[in-house]
Amino acid sequence: MTLLGSSTPQQKLGAQPVAELRDVTRVYTMGETEVRALDGISHAFQHGEYWSIMGSSGSGKSTLLNILGCIDRPTAGDYFVRGRGVADLDDDELSELRGRELGFVFQSYNLIPQLDVLENIMVPVLYLDDVPPEAEDRARSLAERVGLIDRLDHRPAQLSGGQQQRVAIARALINDPALILADEATGNLDTRTAEEILELFDELHEEGKTILLVTHEEEVGRRAEKTLRLRDGRVAEVGENR
Amino acid sequence: MRSSRLLRALRLGVGSLLLHKLRSTLTTLGVLFGVASVIAMLAVAEGASEQAQEQIRQLGSTNVILRSVKPPEDLVSNQETRVLAYGLTREDLERIRGTYPGLRAVVPVLDTPQEVRYLEHVCSPHVQCVPPEYLEVTGRVLHAGRFLAAADERAYAQVCVLSYEIARYLFPFEPALGKRVKIGADYFEVVGVTIGRVPIGQIHIDPGQEVAGDVFLPLATGRKIFGERQVRVRSGTMDITEVELHEIIVGVRETVDVPFIAAACRAMLASEHPRKDYEVVVPLELLIRERETKRIFSIVLGSIAGISLLVGGIGIMNVMLATVTERTREIGVRRALGAKRRHIVSQFLIETIVLSGAGGLAGVALGLAVPWWIEYKSGMRTIVTPQAPLLAFAISVGTGVIFGLYPAWRAASMDPVEALRHE
Ligand SMILES: Nc1ncnc2c1ncn2[C@@H]1O[C@H](COP(=O)(O)OP(=O)(O)OP(=O)(O)O)[C@@H](O)[C@H]1O
Ligand SMILES: [Mg+2]
Repeated sequence: MTLLGSSTPQQKLGAQPVAELRDVTRVYTMGETEVRALDGISHAFQHGEYWSIMGSSGSGKSTLLNILGCIDRPTAGDYFVRGRGVADLDDDELSELRGRELGFVFQSYNLIPQLDVLENIMVPVLYLDDVPPEAEDRARSLAERVGLIDRLDHRPAQLSGGQQQRVAIARALINDPALILADEATGNLDTRTAEEILELFDELHEEGKTILLVTHEEEVGRRAEKTLRLRDGRVAEVGENR
Repeated sequence: MRSSRLLRALRLGVGSLLLHKLRSTLTTLGVLFGVASVIAMLAVAEGASEQAQEQIRQLGSTNVILRSVKPPEDLVSNQETRVLAYGLTREDLERIRGTYPGLRAVVPVLDTPQEVRYLEHVCSPHVQCVPPEYLEVTGRVLHAGRFLAAADERAYAQVCVLSYEIARYLFPFEPALGKRVKIGADYFEVVGVTIGRVPIGQIHIDPGQEVAGDVFLPLATGRKIFGERQVRVRSGTMDITEVELHEIIVGVRETVDVPFIAAACRAMLASEHPRKDYEVVVPLELLIRERETKRIFSIVLGSIAGISLLVGGIGIMNVMLATVTERTREIGVRRALGAKRRHIVSQFLIETIVLSGAGGLAGVALGLAVPWWIEYKSGMRTIVTPQAPLLAFAISVGTGVIFGLYPAWRAASMDPVEALRHE
């Protein structure tokens, strides 16, 4: 059942990776000391793939995800989203790209406290240059999809962690992004609630979404189709699960 | 679509501000009092100035007024009764008439301190013996009857004209015209009533209370009956003065000639009256001085207004900086979800505009209420010019924008990664 699918035939063919890293390096400079958080990473994420990015603490997972999410830029190397080089984009174009092509799911949900559920789901729509007229209907159907249709006028503070994370997932989907980026999305949840969220990801994957899930929990990481393992800012292992 | 977007942005701004009701209210108060005080102060100043100018105008802006003034007391002995002769003379009057033939009028005024009585009503108004031209030169207006005429002068007629306050006091329930009032020891027929200095609607006269007002007699009659000696009995001592003329009102034809005539009168009196028992009042000079005073007053008020709005603006900036820091994470999230820098700037600017605009509106309301209340309570005249509330409101919103720009810019220029990491 493809409720949210809208993939074009070319993408299905996989002619072009959704996200491609070419020799990406990210160096943090703090005074004298330099930290190479990412050191020459090359990798392509294809359309419809479900990846987990794993590695020990400090291995560079979050740094990589920030670059993949276009909120950070590589110190060296190139990053392409659907074939577009990110290095050439200015701040506004980068923002536009984030809004249209990328969906973020954070560890601590990061809903906006003064907005209700429906408004939170709609936030990425507000920043588009032309707001699609059917956006609100879409937000409602997404809320239904994540099981919160009867909570539309609730504030984040009135929701449980699992419910908040589901709102965040709906928000990530509102602009039908090419790539969903989740950093420790289940990190703050108990096992049962985490399981619900992971099932939601499974469903999205079946619907053809491209998902990158950062985690340090082996169990969670195995839920994904494939796993990219980092060590000291380098790709240590690329593997298929099951 | 655009307007609904703006509406939504406004609603969200208000929503964010309502998250901190006390803080937002306090910030708004800063602007509110700034704006209200500006409007109220301007209204009081404008009212006072208007009143002063009105009083000066009533003296006649093309007139030069010469007045007798009691010379310094050091020459006078401590006798029980004393006769003090000073002031302007008929000779002065004739000299002025002879020297400047082009004048509109030269009007002598002789005061005589007499009680005025009708039946049981007694009062001590300002009794002045004046020629018929007095009415025209001072620009006073008749309410009923006629003013003194040349024929009255020739016939030494015992007639008088009352100002409205006096007429109301002496004749509370009947028309004054045709009645005979007792001035000193003689009877005078009331032939006219002039409009008072105070607008008619604002006069309230309590029975039995002393009233201020004027009674006019023909100059010839007054001089014949009461002479040029003024006897005042004050706390047991008799105060006798001898003044030929208390005032000479010189009516000039053209305003441009006023300074010249004033200078000439001053020069003439200075040589004739070494005792300095006179003063020269030039309403035009007063008017110019009053305008200058008002201008300086406006500048001072403007600076105070500026300072109070500056304080309000600093308050806004302070609160917005705190808000921006507090919402760093929200800013990071919004940026990650596609917000451009200008979206963040406008989000925070809208909040400051809502803050300062609300303060401005409430300030305008309070600023309009305060002058009304002052006028209602104290009877002081206040004038709210239409520009004042508009200007105050515009400035308050302007300060909001100016002081909100920096916090908004700070919010927009945050690094999204850093902002997202913020706790
Ligand atoms: N803003 C920064 N300034 C300096 N160094 C940084 C910064 N962000 C990350 N680092 C460093 O880069 C390296 C990678 O950090 P990163 O946050 O990507 O690790 P991670 O894999 O997400 O770890 P964790 O599992 O603990 O979240 C670490 O050594 C970290 O100290
Ligand atoms: Mg991390």
